[in-house]
Amino acid sequence: MAPSDPKISARNVTKVYQTASGPMTAVDDFSLDVAEGEFLAIVGPSGCGKSTFLRMLAGLEDISSGQLTIRPGADPSTPLNSVVFQEYAIFPWKTVIQNVAFGLQMRGVSERARMDVARGWLDRVGLAKFADHYPHQISGGMKQRVSIVRALANDPEVLLMDEPLGALDAQTRVVLQEELLRIWEETRKTVVYITHSLDEAVLLGDRVVLMSAQPGRILDVYQIDLDRPRSIDTMNLPAFAEYRAAIWDRLSAEVTRAMEMQP
Amino acid sequence: MTQDRRAILGFLLAGVALHVGLALTGLWYAWAWPAIGASFVLLILICERIGRHVPVRARKTYERTLALGFPVLLLAVWELAGALELISPIWFPPPSAIGRALWDVSVNYDRFSETSLLGRPWLIPQEYAQGGLAAVGTLLSESHLLATLGRVFAGFLLGAIPGILLGVVMGLNQTVRLMLDTTLAAIYVLPKIAIFPVVMLMFADPFGEGPKIVVVALSVFILMTINTMTGVRNIDPVYLMAGRNYGAGPLQMLRHVILPGAMPVIFAGLRIALGTAMIVIISVEFLRAKQGVGYMTFYHWEVLVPEKMYAGLVVVMILGVTLTGLLHWLQKRLMPWKR
Ligand SMILES: Nc1ncnc2c1ncn2[C@@H]1O[C@H](COP(=O)(O)OP(=O)(O)OP(=O)(O)O)[C@@H](O)[C@H]1O
Ligand SMILES: [Mg+2]
Repeated sequence: MAPSDPKISARNVTKVYQTASGPMTAVDDFSLDVAEGEFLAIVGPSGCGKSTFLRMLAGLEDISSGQLTIRPGADPSTPLNSVVFQEYAIFPWKTVIQNVAFGLQMRGVSERARMDVARGWLDRVGLAKFADHYPHQISGGMKQRVSIVRALANDPEVLLMDEPLGALDAQTRVVLQEELLRIWEETRKTVVYITHSLDEAVLLGDRVVLMSAQPGRILDVYQIDLDRPRSIDTMNLPAFAEYRAAIWDRLSAEVTRAMEMQP
Repeated sequence: MTQDRRAILGFLLAGVALHVGLALTGLWYAWAWPAIGASFVLLILICERIGRHVPVRARKTYERTLALGFPVLLLAVWELAGALELISPIWFPPPSAIGRALWDVSVNYDRFSETSLLGRPWLIPQEYAQGGLAAVGTLLSESHLLATLGRVFAGFLLGAIPGILLGVVMGLNQTVRLMLDTTLAAIYVLPKIAIFPVVMLMFADPFGEGPKIVVVALSVFILMTINTMTGVRNIDPVYLMAGRNYGAGPLQMLRHVILPGAMPVIFAGLRIALGTAMIVIISVEFLRAKQGVGYMTFYHWEVLVPEKMYAGLVVVMILGVTLTGLLHWLQKRLMPWKR
């Protein structure tokens, strides 16, 4: 395939769960391309199927119908994708540094080499001091950073992040948003980034996909033409407020609809 | 502070007054047990008041004193009650007599049954000089303690390892789980000692070591299968997803995700399995054995030497506590993330 081909391509992807009360369509007819090096943000009301889509993309869940592919890179030993899970999912039985080195360990990278890589990443996010701590000994914000860095250390073709900053207080969240921006500018990885926060989606994303509540469909896709490199200050630009307002119009209507659908 | 001090003094005086009063009126013997009971209640009240004023740095010492002091006090009361003939010293020999009996069975060789409790380890150098390792083996094979320990260890390993493996399979594979679940649940509730006769039938030498070890192994196996299965099923699926997403193969999943994820429940199972193994082996030795701590205990009941029977029970207790401690140590080594 030519390098100009999309890195990720989704064609009419549908996911139907068989539940006790009959089939339930979680993701419906989802078609989308993501270019190499693009940062794609997905927003949508709770329960609209964002995590389901990400899990299908990661190959952790079967697809009911449609096609979903990630184009492999030049180096076949590079993993296709690494997920930052909504629930962190860092292993409580491994130390911080063992968690970060996990992907490399599974691929047979030597102890020395993988510890060096992991230590480098921990340094970059200010967690070097906690390398030998167990997850229960560190704060929620640190756990989330470990889970992000575990994916980055694995150096995948695409990075799949499911609300990586979801459970954080506002201050820690801002600090980590800055950190993410900085790291992404340096690595320029292809990223699919799910978030509840519209601010975060507009701040980080090259495009923002808005999904509808059950069944999860694409409502709209917004191109965000804000200059890179961005920082927290980008949020003060008038253009930022305009994007935000435009998306919020659609989203708020959708959230209201989703809430009214609840039994 | 002063109020508590006054209260402590009051409780002390009440205790003394109670006993002296009963003694003076000649009612002490008739009322000894209620009086002792009341004294214990007073003791609790006193200790509680003292506890309020223990400085933080002496806290540990205070707690240890309570935890160890109370059993010692119980033994002292037992001893005293025996001496005063409040309880029959023949059927409930005082701790001192049990201690002597324990010493007796430890150092002496029983010529009649050709056994000893410990296997007379002090004879090892002498036997080794005369007959080499084989002679040492013969010497130690007379030991009740080693016989029981050997059966427990062999049965435990033989039951726990396959049990954990089957538990993992049942935890991961729904088909196997559905097929075996009912059967296991049914065997689980069966008292393992009840299948001992059946197990004996399966062996060429029904009175040998085989059936005894297998009965222990079987009870450990069932327990460990059920526990491991529960442990594996309780692993948060997101950890399994993470393992898969980061490229773990089947064996790596087992070693890095499934076993550590199920480890807390596995160890809880091992703790219970150890208790069950002790029950089973002691009962089996009561029933059918020429050797073992259980045999020794039951034998001395049959020949009516109660203090040696109690000595046997003490050995069982020490054994149980030691093995539990060993398991605890292993748990700390294998699960460093739980402090
Ligand atoms: N294994 C499953 N079986 C049946 N239904 C499921 C399953 N997993 C998810 N669902 C349903 O699919 C829908 C989408 O779930 P999903 O977790 O993808 O939503 P989400 O957009 O990530 O929500 P949130 O923003 O709250 O994380 C929900 O209604 C959920 O109840
Ligand atoms: Mg989700």
